[in-house]
Formats: sequence, structure tokens, C-alpha cells
Amino acid sequence: MSSKKVVLRFAADITDQPIIYKLVKDYDLIINILKADINPQKEGTLVMELTGDNTEQGIEYLRQLGVGVQSLTEEIIQNEEKCVSCGACTDICPTGALYMERPDMVVRFNSDRCVVCRLCVKACPMKAMEVRF
Amino acid sequence: MAVEKTFQEINERIKRGRAVVVTAEELVTMVKEKGVTRVTSEVDVVTTGTFSPMCSSGAFLSLGHTKPRMKMHKVWLNDVPAYTGIAAVDAFIGATEVPEDDPLNSVYPGEFRYGGGHVIHDLVSHKTVHLKATGYGTDCYPRKEIETEITIDDINEAILFNPRNAYQNYNCAVNLSTRTIYTYMGMLKANLGNAHYSTSGQLSPLLKDPTFKTIGVGTRIFLGGGIGYVVWNGTQHFPGVNLDDSGNNFGHAGGTLSVMGDLKQMNPRWLAGTSMLGYGATLTVGIGIPIPLLNEEVCRFAAAGDDELYAPIVDYGDAYPNFNPSNLGYVSYGELKSGKIKVNGKEVPTAPMSSYPRAKEIARTLKQWIQKGDFLLGEPVQLLPNADAGINANTLKG
Repeated sequence: MSSKKVVLRFAADITDQPIIYKLVKDYDLIINILKADINPQKEGTLVMELTGDNTEQGIEYLRQLGVGVQSLTEEIIQNEEKCVSCGACTDICPTGALYMERPDMVVRFNSDRCVVCRLCVKACPMKAMEVRF
Repeated sequence: MAVEKTFQEINERIKRGRAVVVTAEELVTMVKEKGVTRVTSEVDVVTTGTFSPMCSSGAFLSLGHTKPRMKMHKVWLNDVPAYTGIAAVDAFIGATEVPEDDPLNSVYPGEFRYGGGHVIHDLVSHKTVHLKATGYGTDCYPRKEIETEITIDDINEAILFNPRNAYQNYNCAVNLSTRTIYTYMGMLKANLGNAHYSTSGQLSPLLKDPTFKTIGVGTRIFLGGGIGYVVWNGTQHFPGVNLDDSGNNFGHAGGTLSVMGDLKQMNPRWLAGTSMLGYGATLTVGIGIPIPLLNEEVCRFAAAGDDELYAPIVDYGDAYPNFNPSNLGYVSYGELKSGKIKVNGKEVPTAPMSSYPRAKEIARTLKQWIQKGDFLLGEPVQLLPNADAGINANTLKG
């Protein structure tokens, strides 16, 4: 079974269709939605992780519908030279990717749990959380 | 006969390399195991530490004269204004100053990516800093402008002078309002979404000598990775006691220190430019203070652990900004460090603004300096006012 993180972009004319349902039902994929947004122009952006034997077929189905598909290449990096382990990010991070290792109170970053929401990038007083492309 | 030691006796032992030095964290455990009396006779010095954003920090820079001479009227360092109404080529760069073209909070919340604290960090990192100055020209100081590059090594003096650092204790900040707010205590989520606190608790210098029995004018300290001194009490030094509505004592609260030292011998690891989202720029400062165990009373206070030290919980959604009383109770540093506390019956995740691992590293470093005999205690020529002084805060009318 392969797993892939993708960014999907939906034009306004297809945002009302049950596309994710089809991915589950017809392609037997496990869907983990990491981030979803619809802008005022009714265009949608979805960041999700697809797991299953038919990920490539599922992505091909999306492309045929006119959904823009890009693999998720952005990632967040903890710059360990800049990070002072203050901890201010650890209750801001929505997924627990940034957490305190107790009892030493050292800030650790588990990038597998990161959904690239970038809240930590803004909230970090030391500017130690960086976006990499 | 209870043990009484003097600064001179302890300094003699430090010089001979025979002083017994422990960190405040180690002392907490030692006193639990052996008791105050035995530990007071065995241990000479306890080291503390804190590494936290500290506004009311800055540096005096004596830039050197130009040829022809110039009386600087306005000065900028990497576009950050410095105050130069002191003398012809002296300037003070304050930690919270930001460039004149910074968007501030016009795009909310502002990022404040670079300010005076960052200039100080760049200087102490020996990086090149762009200096611009203008003057109005006088008969003795005719030159009217200069733009040049400087480093900390080029200028005559760089003196870190922080009028208010090392808060004895601080609020545990929460947000009862219905929107996310951006404060000097970090990002506080709506409806009690999180709680931020900002001292190193059992390692925090002024929580370990809460009645100022040993710390005063002339105390030699770890400052920004080098050696500094306590030069006065800090501004807003209100060394009272926190009481709840029923008069229960939750410990000492609002003492502060004014500290000073030669910036040229400090280290960027311990003076870091800091950006508080939606609030402003500042400087994170490393401070460590040695506390001589002169007697059992000093030892008993210094041995207070995280479970015996309390922070008041304050609402930054309404009570704090509007200067209204907040009655959300007190919470121990032990609970705060556990990662969650209860406020108004709700479980709230906590996070510090102050680095505990770095505070510990400061206490350990200072311990090593003293053990090696490099660092003697400075006996205060005057102790600072404590809770008995009855100092109260004035508020501004208008």
C-alpha cells in the first residue's frame, strides 16, 4: 500500500460534487484530510493524504475531472540553531507535531504529524520554524 | 548553633577551589533528602537561571568620533532608530524599537521581524551593522551626515543596560474572550484555549531570594553569556506578596532588577532578538544569579520547588488590557509544567514563554564558573527594597 500527500485545487464549477466519496468508494482509498479551504470565489483547496493500492488511479480520476493535483512538497523545518526550546509553539500546533519532551521541557518536532498549517512559523518568537519547498 | 556565613568566607573558599556549589534545581532535591540545616552547612552557593523575552533592555553604544567631527542628532542602526539625545556620538538602542517603515499592526497581527533586540543580537554576533546618522552642524561639530558599516569591535564602548529584567514572578496568561489575541505572552486562543507562563519557576533568580536577603547593588551575575552586575532595582519593582481574596499567601511577586555589563564579552546564544506576533520586537536575555547560603533562612527560600511556587492566572482578553481585577486564582509551576491546568473548571493546555532547558544551562554554567574559581561573589553595597518596603504602583491619570 502506498501513501501520498497531495494538494488539490478545485475550480468553482466542481466544488459541489462528491469527489472524495468516489475516491473512497470506487478506488478504495483511505483519505486523511489535513487542510481544507474554500475561497470567496468558491474555489477549493484541499491538502490530504491518500493511502491504498490504487492511489495513482485515484489521482488520474481527479485529473480527468479537472482537479489540479500537485504532490505536497512544502515542509516545515525546525531550525535547531535558532530554537531555544521556549515552548510557545507547543500549544499552538494543532496536530501535536510540536511538543514538549518532559521532564526536560525540550521542544521536539515530529514532521510526520505536521500538516504545514504554518501557525508555528508565525507564532515562533525566534523565527526558528521555516518553510522549505 | 545555627550556621552563619559571610560573603568573604564563601569567596575565600571559591578562591581555594573548595566552595560547594549546586544549582537551584539540585538544591530542591537535596533539601528534601537532607533537610535545611545540613544542606546550609554543606553548600556555599546556589546558582539560578532564566532565559526569557525581557523588554526594558537595551545597549549604550559610544560610536566614536568622525572626521570632521559630528554631533549626531538622529541615529539608525540597520534602519532601527537609536536614541542619541545623550551626547555627540553616544546612542542607546532599545530592544523594542522597530524601523520607521515597519508595517506594525496595520497588517494584523504584525510580524515585527526585526527591531532593537535583533540589532543587539547582530552586534554581539560581531556582524556588520549599517549605521546612519544625521546632525544639524555646530561650530565644533560641523559634519551633518554619515553612512557607514560598524561592528561591535569597531566602536569604543557597547554596554548592555537593561532597566528592568528578571521579573521575580509573572502572570499565567489566558484569554476568556471569543477571539484569538496576540500579546507579549504569545498567541492566546479564544475561550480559554491555552495558557502561557513565563518564568523558570524553581530556577528563577528572584523567586529563590524572594525577600532580597542576598541580592543588591553590586551583585555579580551571569548576563548574556558574560559577566554583569545588578546596578539597582529594576523599574516597576513592586516586591509585594500575592494574596488571594481570603488572604492566603501565594508567595512573592513583583521584584525586578536593573542590570548592566560589557556587551563586548557577551555571547549571541544568550541575547536573542525576538519577535512577538502582533505585539512587537524585544530581546530574550539570559540571566543567572548566584545566591550564597548565608544561613538557614536563605537556604529555605532557595529550596522552594515548583510545587511551592505559584503564578496568578490573569485574563488577557479583557481584565489585563482594561486594567481590571482578574480573579482566576493561582496555579503552581509544577502544574504549569505538567502541560495542563484547570481554569474555571476547564482543562487548559499550558506552554512556557521562558526556556527551561536554557535556564538550566545558565545555572550549570554559573556553577562551573564558581567552581573553577573564576567568578567571585559580589557583596551588595546596598540590598534592594523587599516586601517590607511597602512600595505600591502608581497609575497614570488621564
